Amino acid sequence: MRVLQINFEKLGGEKKATRDGYGDALVELGAKYEKLVVLDADLSGSTKTNKFAKKFPERFFNFGVAEQNLVGQAAGLAMAGFTPFASSFAIFLTGRAWEIVRNTVVYPQLNVKLAATHAGITLGEDGASHQIIEDIALMRVIPGMKVVVPADYWQAYHAVEKVFLENGPVYLRLGRPAIPVVYPPQYEFCFGESELLKTGQDYLFVACGVMVYEALKAALLLEKQKNVSIAVLNMATIKPLDEEGLLEASQKAKAIFTFEEHSTYGGLGGAVSEFFAQKKPMPVYRFGLKDVFGQSGSADELMAYYRLKGEQLAEDIASLL
Amino acid sequence: MPWTLASEEENKLIKSILAKEPSRRSTLDLQLLANRIRRNVIEAVYLAASGHPGGPLGLADIYAVLYFKVLNFDVKNPLSDERDRHLLSNGHVCAVKYASMALAGFFPEEELATFRKLGSRLQGHPSTRYFPELENSSGSLGQGLSQATGLALGLRLRKKSNHVFVGLSDGECQEGMTWEAAMAAAHYQCDQLIAYVDWNNIQIDGYVNQVMDLGALDEKFRAFGWKVQVANGHDIEAIERAFLWARQEKGSPKVILFRTTLGKGVSFMENNPEWHGSPPKKEQRDKALAELYESFHQLWENYKGARHEISDGA
Ligand SMILES: Cc1ncc(C[n+]2csc(CCOP(=O)(O)OP(=O)(O)O)c2C)c(N)n1
Ligand SMILES: [Mg+2]
Repeated sequence: MRVLQINFEKLGGEKKATRDGYGDALVELGAKYEKLVVLDADLSGSTKTNKFAKKFPERFFNFGVAEQNLVGQAAGLAMAGFTPFASSFAIFLTGRAWEIVRNTVVYPQLNVKLAATHAGITLGEDGASHQIIEDIALMRVIPGMKVVVPADYWQAYHAVEKVFLENGPVYLRLGRPAIPVVYPPQYEFCFGESELLKTGQDYLFVACGVMVYEALKAALLLEKQKNVSIAVLNMATIKPLDEEGLLEASQKAKAIFTFEEHSTYGGLGGAVSEFFAQKKPMPVYRFGLKDVFGQSGSADELMAYYRLKGEQLAEDIASLL
Repeated sequence: MPWTLASEEENKLIKSILAKEPSRRSTLDLQLLANRIRRNVIEAVYLAASGHPGGPLGLADIYAVLYFKVLNFDVKNPLSDERDRHLLSNGHVCAVKYASMALAGFFPEEELATFRKLGSRLQGHPSTRYFPELENSSGSLGQGLSQATGLALGLRLRKKSNHVFVGLSDGECQEGMTWEAAMAAAHYQCDQLIAYVDWNNIQIDGYVNQVMDLGALDEKFRAFGWKVQVANGHDIEAIERAFLWARQEKGSPKVILFRTTLGKGVSFMENNPEWHGSPPKKEQRDKALAELYESFHQLWENYKGARHEISDGA
């Protein structure tokens, strides 16, 4: 665990999409690493791999609307000594291609990176068919698969290189809309290390993705309203889970709260609950999608509909403190 | 929100066409309905400020023929066991299905204004959870042909003779599952199954033959054991003939490969992959509607020339 200083005053001023952090980083890394190849399945404009495709056309492969084939091809390129980043929407990359990911990529521990965009409900108007809220669970459960969920543009941008350098398969979860920037541009991502963005004694908030911002907001609001002090931990690497970080950040905590744009089953909340149940039993409250599908609507409306906004979280948590 | 796209006079005309027996609807009738569907598509996607205008415009003529000439259904008893089933595999083009079903009386046209909005049954991709009359849920490409084949198998097992129609896109013919289903449908000689493909040579990243070439789609289906016809998807009579052929052929599944133009009817959208999934802005919407109105009025002029048909059918 690292402690980082965040300027709360500026929080939420600027908005950028994590998928753009991914696309921008790929272009930089393409020049630096010859072994980097990028694969897509007819969504290169949306996943932002098109920037890489323009600059390094011979190292970019589009397989059309064929996600199972996409993952199989990535396995082959890894066998040839390349480090492929395969991209599509999260629903198709982890859902449609799941068993290929498991048997052809992760089981043989091939060096394939699955970088999926449009995860979660903030994908918006396309609706439930596209809003995967199960992908963290699906990837996390495969033995040896690593899972990274960046909280903002800069964390995504810096995570890409570390994901590239990490040996073996990694799942990188990215989002569609512009979301509040939390990190400064010159920030270093450390694989597997959680970051304490706000110190506090009484309760520990653990979040990932867009929910890091919302959790920070909720914590600041609750501290204003109640006589409590709340720590906020960004668990960007969900697997391997930073267990030491969790213990350290929760030393005096009376309860843990987890926040994710994902089902409350099997994702970050699941991972944190599994850990505390065994190591240090205490209440773990999980916030996310409570066993329901999403639906059409704008990202903002949906966040409010499922009560995932900072103000709503503060309201709902107040009675639990 | 009022649905202010049409004049009273136009509404009267449309009503008179809708009042006719399907078999008595003329080519001109169906062209007028297709035009109305196109305008409804533009308005729905514009109001949603998201969604897919291109595919639906390219499919409007086929949908006009399907919903107003070919398909057997009863809006007053929409889930009757006797109906033809019409499934949509490439769910992103659902605006054309919604627009056609509204015109056919499944729900008021005004409701198209809720497309893709929170709480609407007109979800961004078709969902039977919200709207059972849609027949199937889709959005993830390449799954519809399997559903349709299974449905046809089930109907046959129940000794029903209804036809199962399923719309596919060329892009989703890149999915392996489409061909797994094609193999199964031929293997089980599903002759109640009628598939049709929106063969517009466009997908998200560009032209299909440049992104991932499908090659000779007709030969591929033939090699899988299907009866195949290629038809012009903007020629009302050719569309009708193709569906009639498909209903009559026995012994194997049938597929009609419709040559279509994405964005058909709106000059600046035609055959441009960028209109696969971007909504028009205000000016573009105005321009699109103006062009479509113009075509409508031309058709209407022709219609007045053939006046006797109206009194005849109404
Ligand atoms: C399994 C799956 N993969 C990817 C997508 C994303 N997607 C939506 S439409 C589309 C393009 C498909 O081409 P086509 O259906 O021919 O598009 P159109 O002709 O309507 O432009 C893609 C890749 C999806 N919906 N489902
Ligand atoms: Mg197409």
